[in-house]
Amino acid sequence: MLRYTINRVLLTIPTLLGVAVLVFFMLRVVPGDVVEIKLRGDGGSVSQETIDAERKRMGLDKPLATQFADWMVGVATLNFGNSMWTERPVTEEIRTRFELSFQVAIMATIIAVLIAIPLGTLAALYRDTWIDYVVRIVTIGGLSIPSFWFGMLIMLALLSFFNWLPPITFTPIYVDPVANLTQLIWPALAVGYRYCAVVARMIRSSLLEVLNEDYIRTARAKGVYEKLVISRHALRNALLPAITVIGLEFTFLIGGLVVTEQVFNLNGIGQLFVQSISRNDFTLIQGMVMLIAAFYVFVNLAIDLLYAVFDPRIRYG
Amino acid sequence: MIRKLGLWVAALAAFAFAGHAANAQTPKQGGTLNFAISAETPHYDPHGSDTYATLHFSAPFYSTLLRFNLDKFPEVEGDLAQSWEVAPDLMTFTFKLQPNVKFHDGTPLTSADVKATYDRMRSPPQGVVSTRKATFGDIGSIETPDPLTVVFKMKNVNAAMLEHFASPWNVIYSAKDLAADPAAPRTKINGTGPFIFVEHVKGSHVAGKKNPDYFKKGLPYLDGFRGIFTLQAAAMLNAVQGGQVMGEFRGISPAERDRLVSAMGDKIRIEESSWTLNLLVVFNTEKKPFDDVRVRKALLMAIDRWGGSQGLSRISTLRSVGGVIRPGSPMATPEAELVKLPGFSKDIKKSREEAKKLLAEAGVPNLKLQLWNRNLAMPYTPAGIFLVDQWRQIGVDVEHVQSDTGKYLATMSSGQFDVAIDFSNLFMDDSSLGLAKYLSVTRAPENRSRSKDAELDKIYDDHMRERDPAKRKALIQAFEKRLFEQGYQQPLLWWHRIVPTHKTLMGWKMSPSHNLGADLATVWLQQ
Repeated sequence: MLRYTINRVLLTIPTLLGVAVLVFFMLRVVPGDVVEIKLRGDGGSVSQETIDAERKRMGLDKPLATQFADWMVGVATLNFGNSMWTERPVTEEIRTRFELSFQVAIMATIIAVLIAIPLGTLAALYRDTWIDYVVRIVTIGGLSIPSFWFGMLIMLALLSFFNWLPPITFTPIYVDPVANLTQLIWPALAVGYRYCAVVARMIRSSLLEVLNEDYIRTARAKGVYEKLVISRHALRNALLPAITVIGLEFTFLIGGLVVTEQVFNLNGIGQLFVQSISRNDFTLIQGMVMLIAAFYVFVNLAIDLLYAVFDPRIRYG
Repeated sequence: MIRKLGLWVAALAAFAFAGHAANAQTPKQGGTLNFAISAETPHYDPHGSDTYATLHFSAPFYSTLLRFNLDKFPEVEGDLAQSWEVAPDLMTFTFKLQPNVKFHDGTPLTSADVKATYDRMRSPPQGVVSTRKATFGDIGSIETPDPLTVVFKMKNVNAAMLEHFASPWNVIYSAKDLAADPAAPRTKINGTGPFIFVEHVKGSHVAGKKNPDYFKKGLPYLDGFRGIFTLQAAAMLNAVQGGQVMGEFRGISPAERDRLVSAMGDKIRIEESSWTLNLLVVFNTEKKPFDDVRVRKALLMAIDRWGGSQGLSRISTLRSVGGVIRPGSPMATPEAELVKLPGFSKDIKKSREEAKKLLAEAGVPNLKLQLWNRNLAMPYTPAGIFLVDQWRQIGVDVEHVQSDTGKYLATMSSGQFDVAIDFSNLFMDDSSLGLAKYLSVTRAPENRSRSKDAELDKIYDDHMRERDPAKRKALIQAFEKRLFEQGYQQPLLWWHRIVPTHKTLMGWKMSPSHNLGADLATVWLQQ
């Protein structure tokens, strides 16, 4: 298991390096100039000399290879530089935004997992009964309705029925847990519904597959209690593909909440991403892409390790 | 007897009601105002900004020398200036400052601060952006004979100089701060305004708290405020309806107004006004074929402004047809004169026939162009779609490209476009401001058409020195005639301002400019 873990960890290094090279050089070919936008983007008339001086000050006149090397040295020491727009450290710019998006993603995952596992299991166990049909309708609804639309419905319902809306400025959970949860539960529900639908359908189909396996028949033939057959033998194996889906959906949520954040006026990483792209704030975009890539890589690593825990064949394979 | 008693009861009731009404108008101290700002400022420095987002963010923290009296707009009144004198020849402006004014860091305000501020605006040092540079180009020198007196000596007469001193963009900074770092106001706030800066949580809100040492005694009424960035109209409307914000002071569309009124009934107050803001059609005169006056004129003549105003006013904030001065204001060109100018004819069929002929003469009968536009739903997108349709009707193939504000403005400033929808964001009706955008680009960098026209410049200069209103108006019309004949750029439509506020929000003043009245000093909450 240790060797397997070390191999998987080492594999993350070339992946992240590849992402760094791609994001850095691809951003440099995108049309637009952060200095132009910064100095002329609010209607100011600035001379070319001022723009050139600013470019020099920001180190944008250096050869690309030098800029890349400087950035990589910083990344290696977890210093992602300063935002080209605000000149504040990238890590600081990202911190509060990430905190919010991360919390919504965690809450959505909890909601999804808590609902999806029993829902998917029930649908598989009562295949082609009314229970299965209800679960299928609910989950197809979750897949068909975009999260932002469901979010808008939630907001309208809260307004229409209770004349109430969640707060629109963020309070960290360690400052005021009630205010924090009151605000974030709704976007978490909005994205959690879709998330739940994906996971429930995955559990249903993989459980149906597993229930036809020989070892389940053997367990039943041996007189093992049905509850034990389901929980210890069937569900444990059926959860493997669901773990992948849960992990991928979770990482997707970190950067993919853009529209939902706008519906709920959340100050998350998605909004920061959009804002940075519109301003050509390269260092901030690079920092966020690296963060999200690192997240993907490490969540995938966690999934691989969990696989090995659930299925010993993998770690010895 | 009964009748007499009835009269007494009625009189007493009327007295009681009047007393109650008067009481209802007595400002109450305290409370925190939450309001929506539908865009986040790129920085904190109004001197280098042209977006209301900067003013709605920064104005509560600052004072200006003079300000507009919104009850008697466009009259000006003192803000930091306790009194002022204007020399009869308009060449000297002397201001006496309010005593005992302090910056939020405790430093006393003196005339040196005013001088440093205006020097920064008229002659910005390296690394500082001043979009007000041209406005104060007529100032020759600034003298500070004593700590509470500041004297502006003019190089040239500017008939509207007093109004320019009341511009909301000219917030006064500390000389000490500017000496330490002339660019400091982009990231640091230290004013003399009614509120002290508390925090700016990027992407979320800006907060201020009451300045206990504010030089206007008894003000502000509020304990504090929060300007909450609601970048999406839907989020803003929900927040207004749900009572999380008490208003949005820039303006909303007719459809948004109707939704709020329908949902909130008598809890919402809607105020409407014409707006000192228009959208412009701008041609890049340095690019072919837009360097040809026939092409520019043809494109302007193909636009049915009168018909467009009917349809667009139902779905957007665009409404009035007008020239370079706000329609309905004293110096505006009357409709009867306007319709004689190219691009304003009510006989659109005839105009379009003429436009097609002009394009053919210019050798571009099948013209293709790219229309550069701002990526804002209201009212830029409908305006862009409208123009695409108008030009399609004379056979012009238009690609409509929309971009985020920063890139949109940077691209226009650097001249990398064919045709664009620009805006003229004014804070008053005086023509010295309204006409400045159309001067030669060498004098007015905000002229996106990049045109150079000595004749226009001369008419402008003559009008600036002219103090007889009738003669001034005639010069404005001569300016318009020349401008539209040359077709460098032309107003598409003027905006109509609709502001929703909760009825518990009191003391806020509606005006024809969303740049005015943003300091919140007299706002209070009826709780």
